[in-house]
Amino acid sequence: MEDKTKDIIVCRCEEVTMGEVREWIAKGYDTFDELKRLLRVGMGPCQGRGCREIIMREIAKATGRPMAAVDPGTFRPPVKPVKLGVLAKGGDN
Amino acid sequence: MTWKNTAEAIVIGGGINGTSVAYNLAKLGMKNIVVLEKNTVCSGSTGRCGAGIRAQWGTEMNCRFGLACVEKFEQLSDELGMDVGLNQSGYLMVAYQQSEYEQLQKNVALQNSLGYMTKIVSREEAKEICPGVAVDDAIGFTFNHRDGHADPFLTTFAYQEAAKRMGVTFHKHTEVTGVKVHNGVAAGVVTTRGEIDSPLVINAAGPYSQFVAKMAGVDIPNYSERHEIIITEPVEPGVCPPMLMSFSGNYYLQQRPHGSIIGGCSPEGHPADYTLGATWDFLEHMSQVFTKLLPRAKDIRVVRQWSGLYNMTPDRQPIICEAENVKGFFLSCGYSGHGFMFGPVTGEALAQHIVLGKSDIPIDMLHYRRFAEGKLLIEPAVV
Ligand SMILES: Cc1cc2nc3c(=O)[nH]c(=O)nc-3n(C[C@H](O)[C@H](O)[C@H](O)COP(=O)(O)OP(=O)(O)OC[C@H]3O[C@@H](n4cnc5c(N)ncnc54)[C@H](O)[C@@H]3O)c2cc1C
Ligand code: FES
Repeated sequence: MEDKTKDIIVCRCEEVTMGEVREWIAKGYDTFDELKRLLRVGMGPCQGRGCREIIMREIAKATGRPMAAVDPGTFRPPVKPVKLGVLAKGGDN
Repeated sequence: MTWKNTAEAIVIGGGINGTSVAYNLAKLGMKNIVVLEKNTVCSGSTGRCGAGIRAQWGTEMNCRFGLACVEKFEQLSDELGMDVGLNQSGYLMVAYQQSEYEQLQKNVALQNSLGYMTKIVSREEAKEICPGVAVDDAIGFTFNHRDGHADPFLTTFAYQEAAKRMGVTFHKHTEVTGVKVHNGVAAGVVTTRGEIDSPLVINAAGPYSQFVAKMAGVDIPNYSERHEIIITEPVEPGVCPPMLMSFSGNYYLQQRPHGSIIGGCSPEGHPADYTLGATWDFLEHMSQVFTKLLPRAKDIRVVRQWSGLYNMTPDRQPIICEAENVKGFFLSCGYSGHGFMFGPVTGEALAQHIVLGKSDIPIDMLHYRRFAEGKLLIEPAVV
């Protein structure tokens, strides 16, 4: 029977499906950062709040590791987006 | 991946240079090649870079390399069977000083003589190429529409996938801790997961290549500098279509296909402490550069900031050669700020040099011997 879950969108921001995520995990891209670099999961406006957990669970399942052993990947500052015009004024305003 | 104790060739480093040379060795018929990467593929400088590609250079050697790179990228997605995200939106070079403009004009003459048809453009034309750009203080511009950028992750993963199809093995989370040398000949490596014997060891360790060279008893004068970069939220296309670059203005800025704008510069005193911090000073400085050049960008938000390392040599040109005192130990490092664009071409050239004894594009002048002989290859056109 065909696997219906493969068309589920796991990362809404970047429109990435479960099928794509599983396909690349199977090819050996089994860390969150590798999948992020390849498929842009976690790089959307929500910065992975909507998809990180689900993807980490897939990695855990595919590699037979507990969730806690899956690396959640890097977060890069600034976490809160700030306008260029505000940053450009720096501390002098 | 199953672990084998022998290999025909070992490549240390899974960046653009390591994956490219591994792929090209396999393409030339070599079997049983292993790539060792201490983190994951494309986690080093390659995954942190601006990924710009240009042939607007100021030395004949770099113009030839640059043109070969542009041509390579133009057919790379086909060759590797995966989209590498090439986007040829051109580089617009901006000069603010008379001497700088004269140099750009000389560069254009040189590029044209080699078949790369860069043009000198007026301020009005510059504003058509990049609508909204504030460059009234600039005095001259050059543009070539074939320059551009590619996706560094997709490019490196495309090499990895193509190499895997030809039987190349990749071991990630595997750090090389020693290089075995017997009687002046490379014999293999020691890693955190065990040893592998091989008569051919290629050092493509990017910012760490001087440490890997030392493991084989080879001294190279490389060091690494931290360079920072920022990226904005995605906005509608057309805010900054070409790569805007200036040597005296000291910046590069460009909008990506997803709509985000990236920007970097070369501030004084790059820390060479191998850390990858992100500083407030850079964020503030770069935001000023952004808003001065693109006033209407002031309400666009910065979403991420990071840094990466340039592996530097005394003339900021790479080292691509066999070590003088260790036969079978090759170096491909020191790419400064242009190793992403060079990687596809230099990886192929090094593989040809190893397998065929000669390469389509000459690399002999890139031996590290040049530093002792005082034959430095000084390039005027770098940020
Ligand atoms: C901010 C920034 C902007 C840039 N912009 C551009 C640009 O616009 N255009 C351009 O062409 N270039 C650019 N560059 C330069 C470019 O990123 C580098 O020249 C290029 O990526 C170098 O590739 P590499 O494969 O040699 O090194 P890397 O990508 O660093 O790969 C080396 C790999 O070796 C691994 N490694 C190191 N030591 C060991 C060990 N002992 N055992 C196992 N593995 C090891 C590392 O983990 C790393 O993954 C930029 C760089 C930075 C930092
Ligand atoms: S859902 Fe994946 S980045 Fe937002």
